[in-house]
Amino acid sequence: MLQDILVTGLVSGSTYALLAIGFSLIFGVARIVNVAHTAFYMLAAYGLYALLVQGGLGVLLSGALAVVSVTLLSVICYRLVIEPVRQHEAAVLIATIALALIFQETVLRIFGGSYLGVPSAIDGVAHLFGVAIPKQRLLILIVAGAMLAGTWVLLYRTRFGLAVRATANDLEVANLMGMNVNRVAMATVGISVALAAVAGVSVAPVFVVDPFMWLAPLVTVLATVVLGGLGSIQGSVIGAMVIGYVEAVTVFALPQGAFLKGAVALSMMVIVLLVRPEGLFGVAFEEER
Amino acid sequence: MTRQLIIAAAGMLAAAPAALAQGTIKIAVLGPMAFVQGENHWAGAEMARDEINKAGGISVGGKKRKIELVRVDSNEIQSVPDATNAMERAITREKADFVIGGFRSEAVLAMQEVAMDYKKIFLGCGAADAKLGANVEKNYERYKYWFRVSPLNSPDLGRTLFAVLGTIAGQVRAELKKETPKVAILAEKVIWTEAIVKAAQDNLPKMKMEVVGLWQPSPTATDVTAELAAIDRAGADMVFTALSGPVGIVVGRQMAERKMHAVAFGINVEAQKDGFWEATAGKGNYVATLDTYAEVEMTPLMIPFVRAFKERFHKSPTYNAATYDAINLLKTVIEKAGTTDAAKLVPVFEQTQSVGTGGQLEFTKSHDPVWGVGKTTGIAVQWQNGRKVPFWPPQVKGMQKFGFPGQI
Repeated sequence: MLQDILVTGLVSGSTYALLAIGFSLIFGVARIVNVAHTAFYMLAAYGLYALLVQGGLGVLLSGALAVVSVTLLSVICYRLVIEPVRQHEAAVLIATIALALIFQETVLRIFGGSYLGVPSAIDGVAHLFGVAIPKQRLLILIVAGAMLAGTWVLLYRTRFGLAVRATANDLEVANLMGMNVNRVAMATVGISVALAAVAGVSVAPVFVVDPFMWLAPLVTVLATVVLGGLGSIQGSVIGAMVIGYVEAVTVFALPQGAFLKGAVALSMMVIVLLVRPEGLFGVAFEEER
Repeated sequence: MTRQLIIAAAGMLAAAPAALAQGTIKIAVLGPMAFVQGENHWAGAEMARDEINKAGGISVGGKKRKIELVRVDSNEIQSVPDATNAMERAITREKADFVIGGFRSEAVLAMQEVAMDYKKIFLGCGAADAKLGANVEKNYERYKYWFRVSPLNSPDLGRTLFAVLGTIAGQVRAELKKETPKVAILAEKVIWTEAIVKAAQDNLPKMKMEVVGLWQPSPTATDVTAELAAIDRAGADMVFTALSGPVGIVVGRQMAERKMHAVAFGINVEAQKDGFWEATAGKGNYVATLDTYAEVEMTPLMIPFVRAFKERFHKSPTYNAATYDAINLLKTVIEKAGTTDAAKLVPVFEQTQSVGTGGQLEFTKSHDPVWGVGKTTGIAVQWQNGRKVPFWPPQVKGMQKFGFPGQI
């Protein structure tokens, strides 16, 4: 049973991490709580479905087109909806909720409420420590690792990353130093949503695609980033793994309470917050900045 | 003079719809119209309306009245309050004479309250929770206007399930040469599954099956990797399912991806739909579920109905299309009673027996369909290479063989 928990927790955790790093990045840099983050993930999953299943394009081309179009859409949304109210955090929150609901209802109108399936990019089962895991899930694990590494390189090894970190550290000083902070924020939104879109494209073949698929991950992502420390990418990854393992332990230890796995994970988050209000890596991140 | 003419014309125009409406029987069809369930509610009702109206309508005290349908989106999959508002709107604003439909038990329980407040006949075509019928027995005067046309109530669904499971277990014993097959119960955590889960835990050991555990994911779970890994680890030969949400697709797909040797049978509402195969990306092989319709002779009306439905809507009907039976039953009852008065119709409903498309329509004291072979049991189907193959009850003409992984 231990190896089952280890492997399933790792796979679930990597899926959550893929979503959480983008959410955390945009909060850390632009202080935007983007509730529509998982709605973009849903749009990317639908994009993949439309291009791959309905359009008959190849997996890679469909995935790439879905990610690019959703990223462009996010930049347009940022310019039209978020940027005008960016100084008002509550307004940004409400604007992103509105965006998410608009996306949901639009998709419902176009595709209907039926549950849709996307074929796997790679079929078959791999055995990890004696545990059978579909290869598509292992692909998510690899994609999550690559995305995390890519984000780290972008933030810590490029001039753009330096600008992003400077803006995150002190927006006003960065502005005074001549940086175009609005452009940095817009680029960060684009990168953050691109990560969500990659997550959507990666998980679409293992999940069910439907207009409401953004709601459950949103709660998990919020729990993950709060648990890890708001704004900390490393914290988000650790938080995602903690949630993934707590869920796995819940299902294995309490089969009748499998439906409680989300609630147990959220309770875990509350307990951590009671002990460390800044989250597991909140302080570390502040120091880092 | 011109002003008087305009006023008179406006008055006539305003009165015209009311006058037209007086000649019709207005039936509100409530369902989640953006979803397959609501689509089937509406499709079944349209078929019944068109057939009845083409034949002249419903005879009420010797006068023929046509059926007028009102499509009401209950949005109940997303919101129970939306469902009660929809019922309120159907009765007060649309002024429906009768209401039919409903899908999600939690929503239908709330909708039932509204319909009973207004003393409207409510013919259920979607929710299985036993409490809907228990209400009738507990407080007859208030709830007597409720009748469940489809599906069976959850305990009766359980009875059919165990009958089918017994048949499958017999095949498992023969295939695996195992006297006591191991069964994992995988039921989503919602109210309609409670009675079924309890009955399964009580009955399966009596049927010489070992229950290796109960797993209860959320109906909207998108991942059951951990649950299936635990079921695999427990060595289950069969997975007994009670699933109505999208988790049914996830279970079907992930069982195939994991190449599990166990076969899944039970209630899997998503597997009843034509779209299941596509939703599982072609990985739903061997998933079996209770169902209502197939091209088999459960009643003399089933095959003609299924064929006509497929021809008109280019898909198979789901059990929500029993709105067809509900409207035809309503016609029979109104014509017998000679009135549309709800209180006078109730005793006629209670005494009426008629042949429906899915079974013999006859009601118990709780206004549920009478369960039994020759009455209403439902059928069982299994997905085999992209086709839904009916396999139970085996004595009915048109049934085929249940398959195991590796055989198909």
